[in-house]
This record gives sequence, structure tokens and C-alpha cells, in this order.
Amino acid sequence: MDIVSVLFYVFAAILLFSGFRVITAKNPVHAALFLVLAFVTSACLWMMLNVEFLALTLILVYVGAVMVLFLFVVMMLDVDLESLRKGFWKNMPLALVLGVVVLLEMLLVIVKNPVVTSVANVDPESKISNANKLGWVLYTQYSYPVELASMILLLGLVVAVALTLRKTDKQAKYQNIAAQVAVDSKTRFTMVKMAAEVEEISSAENKQETAGDKQ
Amino acid sequence: MEFLQHYLGHDLAFAIWHLIKAVLTIVPLTLSVAYLTLAERRILAFMHARIGANRVGPFGLFQPFADLFKFVFKEIIVPYKASRGVFYFSPIIILFCALSCWAVIPFNPELYFTDVNAGLLYVIAVSSLGVYGIILAGWAGNSKYSFLGGVRATAQMISYELAMGFALIAVIMVSGSLNFIDIVNSQAYGKFAGSIFSWNLIPLFPMFLVYLISGVAETNRAPFDVCEGESEIVAGFHVEYSGTPFALFMLAEYANMFLVSTLTAIMFLGGWLSPFPRNWGILGHESMAWLVIKVLILLFGFIWYRATFPRYRYDQIMRLGWKIFLPITLVWIFVIAVWMVSPFTIWK
Repeated sequence: MDIVSVLFYVFAAILLFSGFRVITAKNPVHAALFLVLAFVTSACLWMMLNVEFLALTLILVYVGAVMVLFLFVVMMLDVDLESLRKGFWKNMPLALVLGVVVLLEMLLVIVKNPVVTSVANVDPESKISNANKLGWVLYTQYSYPVELASMILLLGLVVAVALTLRKTDKQAKYQNIAAQVAVDSKTRFTMVKMAAEVEEISSAENKQETAGDKQ
Repeated sequence: MEFLQHYLGHDLAFAIWHLIKAVLTIVPLTLSVAYLTLAERRILAFMHARIGANRVGPFGLFQPFADLFKFVFKEIIVPYKASRGVFYFSPIIILFCALSCWAVIPFNPELYFTDVNAGLLYVIAVSSLGVYGIILAGWAGNSKYSFLGGVRATAQMISYELAMGFALIAVIMVSGSLNFIDIVNSQAYGKFAGSIFSWNLIPLFPMFLVYLISGVAETNRAPFDVCEGESEIVAGFHVEYSGTPFALFMLAEYANMFLVSTLTAIMFLGGWLSPFPRNWGILGHESMAWLVIKVLILLFGFIWYRATFPRYRYDQIMRLGWKIFLPITLVWIFVIAVWMVSPFTIWK
């Protein structure tokens, strides 16, 4: 067995283990971390198939951005672990049925299609980078699907903004940057002339003494 | 390498050869990081009209080692109810990300650890993992201060990563490659070949500024250091750490400063290219010394900003990242694209 297949089995084992731990970990933060580990190991597996662009994009997008936000939310929400476990056995049969259906579907796909030996059909010795090849295909052969996908993503972005931005909310407070920048020393700071107040020192001392006596 | 292959066989020799190369990359890097901490203390002291660390050894040159020994011999205190595994693991993640980026960075056309096609993408991907170290360190300590610091740092790093990525897209566009050596070499060609004007610095000047400032924000340095704002949240995400794990956080911060400076030098300042014309003899030749000089200038800038600017407010940081840098980079990418296909192109 050469070093590449040893690495493959090591990564595959880590991937399976972390995937299993995602659904069995008690602490939601730990579950999210195992999901991160699963993403990273699958990126390593892709890297071994010489598809470095996809592997690095997986890390950049899913691990570097999506999972960070996910972890963020999981940490901020104070999840009540006991209430999550409620109804576990009641929902178990339905979950099992669904799980078996999904498993069968996946098996069907794998059995029907022959095993793909080289997914990306890449030549590891080639000096032309993966990104270059992918770009050629995406922007010539598949340019309409790419445009369509980007329009759908843009739509999602606009909708998300529209859902969260409520200008009508009376309680919302906004920073007016122009007003902040436009201030000068005169609007911030006023010199007020006051006549000096002179209090007799001896009487002030007397007051302090009486206060001290009371205590 | 052939010598090793003769004795150990192909696979083992390959592994050991790369291990040796990794050590040869990391040890000088760690040493320079150690002296960067000393340089920062001395330069800051100079700017504050103080003397600074000058007691240990001549000019305080042994100070970094004194600090290191102090950190190593201190007790590692784990807070009550901390998540122990994550607590110990997060400094390792952050240092791993800071050091493993150096695997693809070339120091001159012949001197590099590996020369990969997607080097730039690798650096962006790996450095985006560094945020896990911070957010987990903030969470694992089970302390409100450290958690707040971690949350602030994460929000800031995610925001500035976008502007940084877009600034790099312009660099990729004009050099047509994700490979660092190609990126540097492409800055020696074009209409103004062989002069400072063919570097990415001047045609991509807005991107250079955005990248430089985002780099300061990414490394959580002053004036963007709200995540460890002493006056508000004690020391931010690493408030619960002591001893060696704390030293790892410091090491990672300074290694990241080095990384951002080196990337800026490679992508915008022409890397190892000389600023002088080729016929100036030794001054006109490309060499690693130019890269070192550029990196040192940028690092001095990092320290200078810390001594000069007051800390940004949190909402100002978010505004700068999302409402100013992101539109600037988006518009400038469009401008560059039009410029490249127009007759006025300087990249052909």
C-alpha cells in the first residue's frame, strides 16, 4: 500500500468519525466543531484527487465563512440541552424511516453509476491551474447556468436584507455619520464663564466634623 | 534529497526532506517573530520618548528569550468549568494557521517551501481558519470578557476578509495567476516594465490601501484591536490564558503581522524585484534583500500605527469594512477589468 492510499484511509476514517460525532455530540458547540473537522477532512480528500481549487474553496466558503457564522449563532444561543432531548424516543421511528430512505437513495445512486475513477479528469503534472480550467468551462460552456445561479443568489441576498431591515421600526436607532463628522469644537464644547464661588473654609471643615461625629 | 532517497526509499525520504525544509522555514520565522516583539517595544518606546527594553543583553537583544523562558515556566491555569479540550486546542489552531501559510510563500524565484498553482487561494483559505482559534479561545474560557472579545474579533475578521479577498481578486486579474512566483514575475512585465510603475502598487493603489488597512484589522492590531480593548474587556479573547498558551497567542499575532506584510510586499510591492533600473549593477538586480526591506518597512508601519492612532469604535470598524472598503473594491475591480481590455492597458 503506498502512502497515498494510507492517507486516504486515514482521512476517510476521520471524516466518518467526525460525521458520526456531529449527530451524537451532546454539546452543540462540539457538534459544530466536528462538522468543521468533517469539512476540512473532505477538503483534504478532494486535494488528493488533485482538485485543489474546489478543495480550497470548500475550506474558504464553508469552513472560513459559513461555519464561523454557524458557530457564532450556536454559541450566542444559550441552548437548553434537556429540552432538546425531550421527545427523542417519540420521534425515533419516523427518523429511522427517513434515515433508511435517504440511505437507500444514496446507495441507489452509487450502485446504478459505475465508480468514477477520476472526477475532475485532471493531469497532476499540468502547469495550467485548476482555477484556470474551471473558469474556462464555467464562463463558456456553462455561462447561462452561472448567470442564473448568481441571479438566484443575489435575489436571496436582497430578500434577506429586505426581511431584516425595518426602517419603520420607531425604536431603531441609527448613526448619522455625516452629522458626527460635521461637528466642530463649538458644537461640542462651550466655555461658560461663571463667577468664582468662595466658601469659607472653616465652615466647610465644621460641617465635615459634624458629619463624622454622627457616624 | 537524492542522498536521503538512497538510504530510506522514496516515500520516507520525501517526508523527511519536507520535514527538514519545514524546520528550515519555521525556525528563522520564529526567531524573526521573537525579534519583532523586541523591535516593537523599542520603537514604541522611541515614539513615546522612553528607553524601552534594554537591560537583558546588549541593547536588550536577549529580551525575547527572557520573555520566552518566563512564559514557559509559568503555570497554565485553566478556569473552573472551562471546556478543557477546546481551551488547550485553540492556541494550537491559531498558531497552526499562522505558520502553515508560509508553506507556499516564495522568498525569491528559487527559494520556497512548495510552489503550488493555487498558492494565493491556499493562503486565503488557511488564514480564514485562524478565526476559529480566536472564537474558540473566547468561548472555551467560560468568561464573559473573553467571550465578548472573541465575538468582536470574529465579526471584525469576517467583515475584513471580504474586502481583503476582493482586493486580491484585482491582483489575480492583472497577473492572471494564483501562483505567487507568477504574481511577482508579472509585475516585471508590461508597458512600464522594469520600473516601479509596473508594480501593482500604483495601478491598484486603492486596492493596496484597502489590503493594507484590512491586514491591520485582520491581525487585530491597533487601531482595530477592539477584541482586546484593555479599557473595556481586560484583554479580550485570551484573558483566561497564562503561560505557554498565552505565548502561542502572542507568537501567532506577530507571525500574522509578518505574513500580512510579506503578502503585501509580494502582491503589491513587487516582491523581490528591485525598484531601480536593471543597468544599475547590484542595486538593479532582483534579490531577496529587496523583499526583506519591503517587509521591514511595512512592519515598521504596523508598529507606527499602534503608536499613532486611537482605537476605533466597534460600529466605526463595521462601517469602514462593509460600507467603505467593500464598495471601493467592487468598483475598482470593474474599473480594472475595463482598463485591461481597453487600448490604454499597461499590462500587455
